[in-house]
Amino acid sequence: MRRAVLEQVALGVLRGTAWVILGATAFMLGSIALGGAGVVTWEFLTAEPTEGMTHGGIFPAIFGTLCITLLMIAMALPLGVCAAIYMVEYAGRSGLSRVIRASVNNLAGVPSIVFGLFGVGFFVLFVGRSIDRVRGGGLLFGQPAMLWAAATLAALVLPVIIVSTAEALNAVPRSHREAAFALGATRWQTVSRVVLPQARAGILTGSILSVSRGAGETAPILFTGCAYFLPRLPVAYIAIPFTGLSIPMVNPLDQFMELSYHIFIMATQSTNAAVTRPIQYGTTLVLVGLTFLLNLSAIWLRARYRRRLVTP
Amino acid sequence: MTRAVLAVPRPRAREAGSGADPRPQDRRTKVTFRDMGFSYPGRRALSGVTLDVPERRVTAIIGPSGCGKSTLIKSINRIAEIGTEVKVEGEVRLDDENLYGPGVDLVDLRRRVGMLFQKPNPFPKSIYENVAFGPRIHGSGGGAELESIVERSLRQAALWDEVSDRLQTSALELSGGQQQRLCLARVLAVDPEVILMDEPCSALDPISTARIEELIEGLRERYTVVIVTHNMQQAARVSDRTAFLLNGSLVEVGETEAIFTNPTDRRTEDYITGRFG
Repeated sequence: MRRAVLEQVALGVLRGTAWVILGATAFMLGSIALGGAGVVTWEFLTAEPTEGMTHGGIFPAIFGTLCITLLMIAMALPLGVCAAIYMVEYAGRSGLSRVIRASVNNLAGVPSIVFGLFGVGFFVLFVGRSIDRVRGGGLLFGQPAMLWAAATLAALVLPVIIVSTAEALNAVPRSHREAAFALGATRWQTVSRVVLPQARAGILTGSILSVSRGAGETAPILFTGCAYFLPRLPVAYIAIPFTGLSIPMVNPLDQFMELSYHIFIMATQSTNAAVTRPIQYGTTLVLVGLTFLLNLSAIWLRARYRRRLVTP
Repeated sequence: MTRAVLAVPRPRAREAGSGADPRPQDRRTKVTFRDMGFSYPGRRALSGVTLDVPERRVTAIIGPSGCGKSTLIKSINRIAEIGTEVKVEGEVRLDDENLYGPGVDLVDLRRRVGMLFQKPNPFPKSIYENVAFGPRIHGSGGGAELESIVERSLRQAALWDEVSDRLQTSALELSGGQQQRLCLARVLAVDPEVILMDEPCSALDPISTARIEELIEGLRERYTVVIVTHNMQQAARVSDRTAFLLNGSLVEVGETEAIFTNPTDRRTEDYITGRFG
């Protein structure tokens, strides 16, 4: 009898916690959707902020977020995947490997604001200023810019990419590596022809999920490159020699607007927080939507590769 | 005391008595162990093993679990040392080359010494790509030449007739027995000299096992085969010579018929009659 009661209580508690989580998510997403739905129009997505950022759209922030995310992927993905391959496939269980593993795990637990401060101190003030000193001719690299913000974000997501890639590599059966070695494959041939093709889906999904997390971060870019108000896009025109034409290119040394930072300043630094409330909701909806899109693409990729594993 | 401990069916004409088959001591030795010891971190797997593996014959390694059988054959293609630190004493030679000497080319060694594992382990690729894997990584052949290597290897492994019309389908769709024959074809495609088999039938049903044993029968004409098995009948059926290993030491080695009918060591007799192990 007591056992039956206990069973009911356990079930009730566990089911209750599940409902709490579900409820919290539904409430959060629901209020964002309700508040933002009326605001997000085509004009909101494509126009720049006007009238002291109390009206207009958020296009510069969307553009900045996309640019900085792409730049972050370009920096973090190759670095993280290569580091994980070294850790899992080459370093084995040596002492060095254990040290690397421990530091990666610790890095993953560092608060994002610390990464932000690290970004200013290391990338902007040390790397940037050093480049300026070497090339001479005044301040160019040694100030907050998209390049340094992306580098800081890359440092933030790097451990996450390494851990998820290492997991994907470890999931490849040992017997497949043995088979390849026994056929006379070198370590690199084994990695590139047997391990990576099987781990690709896991690496991609893990990386996309970590990137979708990085894309919503505010603290790391706070001091390293994002702008309070910069309605023009961070674009420079590059002249093509001898043609008289010039093409627009994203300028990584420019500052930029960004969605999560835009929400932050709208809520706390605005000239009139009450007036900008709809803009806050709209911006939040767009940011959540973008993150959701990234997660969806991760799910889609995983399903697609899983199918291909069965029938190549 | 001489008595038959195990009735050994030997239906083949090529066996003892047929003049065409020279006695083992007349044959060249392909793999040589000389007072060989092998240790993993904190565990000694083999000690003082001295064994000659004759060329183009089938040598069976028998013994109870954990006696070092797998380590013994995995020391020949040096995959026992992958992912761990090992210590090797004495000598293992392939032809005249000391396999643990300085400057041994592991890639070349593993091309010359192929291996079939306990569980079939095809890559999650197409049937064709599985067999083509070896030739591709060794950079030999392309196009038509590669295709003919694949076909020849699959025929040698008696799999061609079953898969010739679906070479591009996944190897994982094959049955267990077919997968193991595919793995054999994959080994044959790199044209090895020695083929190691680590309990190749332990995951297979009796019919698939019989097919693999038939294949081993044919392989001895061109290859030196070393097979580890738990199954005494299998050792008696497929091998020319048998070595009995116990607690990391070689107890007895000799012609299979002699080992199974008239073992000289008491422990061998106990093992093959099922008194332990």
